[in-house]
Amino acid sequence: MESIFIEGTPKTPNIKFDHDKGSLLLKGRSIPENSIEFYKPLVDWLDAYLSSPKPKTVCDVQLEYFNTSSSKCLLDLFKKMELMSNGGNEVIINWYYEEDDEDMLEAGEDYQSIINVPFKMIEVQE
Amino acid sequence: MTNYKTNLIPSENGNSAMNIYDLYHRMELNKVVLSFKGDVTSELMTSILQIIEQRMESMNEAPKLKKKVYNVLVECLQNLYHHIDEVPSQSGTKGADHSAIFMISLNKNNGYSITTGNYIQTARKGSFENKLKRINSLESAELKELYKEVLNSDARSEKGGGGLGMIDIARKTGKKLNYAFAPLNDEYSFFSLNINVEDTK
Repeated sequence: MESIFIEGTPKTPNIKFDHDKGSLLLKGRSIPENSIEFYKPLVDWLDAYLSSPKPKTVCDVQLEYFNTSSSKCLLDLFKKMELMSNGGNEVIINWYYEEDDEDMLEAGEDYQSIINVPFKMIEVQE
Repeated sequence: MTNYKTNLIPSENGNSAMNIYDLYHRMELNKVVLSFKGDVTSELMTSILQIIEQRMESMNEAPKLKKKVYNVLVECLQNLYHHIDEVPSQSGTKGADHSAIFMISLNKNNGYSITTGNYIQTARKGSFENKLKRINSLESAELKELYKEVLNSDARSEKGGGGLGMIDIARKTGKKLNYAFAPLNDEYSFFSLNINVEDTK
């Protein structure tokens, strides 16, 4: 299947969903007014990926900002990863947050408590 | 200086006038960084966010405060964008009036004060106000639970929002939402919201 590469904009993140490597990257800002429009193709891609996942899938979430409308879409993505994980595939979500950004850490912990997939919280220097 | 009260811009009916210096002076006193009245568009929000981000950068604000202000600003602006109710024009001009007002200023605790105002249909006011009251009745641990509950629920608008904005603002600021409804007529009220974002939580 095709991989997805999308350049970031001031309101949407850089996306690299690489099927061959089993790696999923979301990086930058996610503050679009219409989040569903942006995330729907990504959710659909993961649905397709679910039928032939790599033995190990790593998702790197390196978001600087995300709005509340993106937060529901992120949950949709994570729920697909949970299905993958429940199906016996190894999945890990790396949640990056900048030093002192307690809000971003807390946001990651919120997802961690809802989604049954291993999360790794990674602090980065500003 | 003596004649600064000269009417600069005659109003439509010619009886009163808007004194632009007076407005300037009040904005100066209130340490207004940016204020806007009009249609809230996607492009406008992008510009406002860029201006405020650059401004905080040049003022060397702490990264933590910058992030909080930016996040809360995004939610406030997008609330205006998504939830504004159109009202028939009040100024007598043709067409509907869907403008809102927005202002961001420095507050006395080295933080920022964000104020927004927009029309709301009185029919929607009740349920909206109940939601705000509920948010204000909760402590931070309860807010976290409410946030997760709403996040994980299926309810959402067609564009992805799902009533998380106000909860998020209350969580990130660690403060009660300060709001008011001014009744205009049977059909409409004017909703105003003031949020203070400070470095301490």
